[in-house]
Amino acid sequence: MPAVAPRSGEAIFSSAERVNAELFTLTYGAIVRQLITDLEEVDEVNKQLDQMGYNIGVRLIDEFLAKSNVSRCVDFKETAEVIAKVGFKMFLGVSATVTNWDAEGTTCSLVLEDNPLVDFVELPDTCQGLHYCNVLNGVVRGALEMVSTCYLMLVLSSCHIIILV
Amino acid sequence: MQFFGTTEINPSPPAVTASGNNAHMMYIFNRNGVCLLYREWNRSLHTLDAQQDQKLMFGLLFSLKSLTAKMDPVSADKVNLGVPQLPGQGCSFHSFRTNTYKLSFMETPSGIKLILVTNPRTGDLRESLKYIYNLYVEYVVKNPLYTPGTPIKYELFNSTLDQYVRGLG
Repeated sequence: MPAVAPRSGEAIFSSAERVNAELFTLTYGAIVRQLITDLEEVDEVNKQLDQMGYNIGVRLIDEFLAKSNVSRCVDFKETAEVIAKVGFKMFLGVSATVTNWDAEGTTCSLVLEDNPLVDFVELPDTCQGLHYCNVLNGVVRGALEMVSTCYLMLVLSSCHIIILV
Repeated sequence: MQFFGTTEINPSPPAVTASGNNAHMMYIFNRNGVCLLYREWNRSLHTLDAQQDQKLMFGLLFSLKSLTAKMDPVSADKVNLGVPQLPGQGCSFHSFRTNTYKLSFMETPSGIKLILVTNPRTGDLRESLKYIYNLYVEYVVKNPLYTPGTPIKYELFNSTLDQYVRGLG
């Protein structure tokens, strides 16, 4: 039996059932808004968003693996590429660019040029510390935790993720 | 993205080569060795209690995988015998056959292990196991009531699995 080639993020995204992008963006905005009302502190909101993302990521990884036929990545560079090109493309419909590698190859940034989560969003001055898309941070963290043992932490601003190994 | 739409499994199931009730039992383990699912269809003999049986199966896979990786003449990076391997690390076997049964095995990079024990005459079941993994994703992982790492007790998943496995050649 020939090995099944990994499917591209584009192919999976176009075959999957999708939800309206504006509905998705506004729903996410409503969740963040509600969290700010409930928790009051931006740090708490960041933490909560990360936790929510983590819980998503832990499950999402199985769907990702089942649909993409990706096998184990050999190194961190490949992992970052797969997250950026296949993972984001498959679930968000946009792909990220991997940049800012450090000398040892243990830190990189994933930059989303076109982040669907931040459409229509303007942060007021009171929310400057808020990592609006921290949920993505959590998703990547949760998913990576299920497939590897050596990663450290990700930091994220509105469309910028940094991964350290 | 899928919210409450009908569940459509993608890709569609591999073609069934023969029909008949060939499967004996199925196990699903997670990366921590917890048995998420045990189903049996055709098992006349129970020599151990269920928990011991699952432990034995997990131990068998663990050792066999370790041995097959150790014997690998191709790949250079090896770990010592008995040292746990990460899921997907090193080489791995997909099935073995005895005179009375065949065991097919699949491990995903996330550490989910799917084991299907069938009649020794059954053919290659790798595609079928992949399809069962898809079933697991659709009916278990996407179920919001399911807590990851706990045993699966969902009628819909069980009946879909039963139905699919019954058709296996």
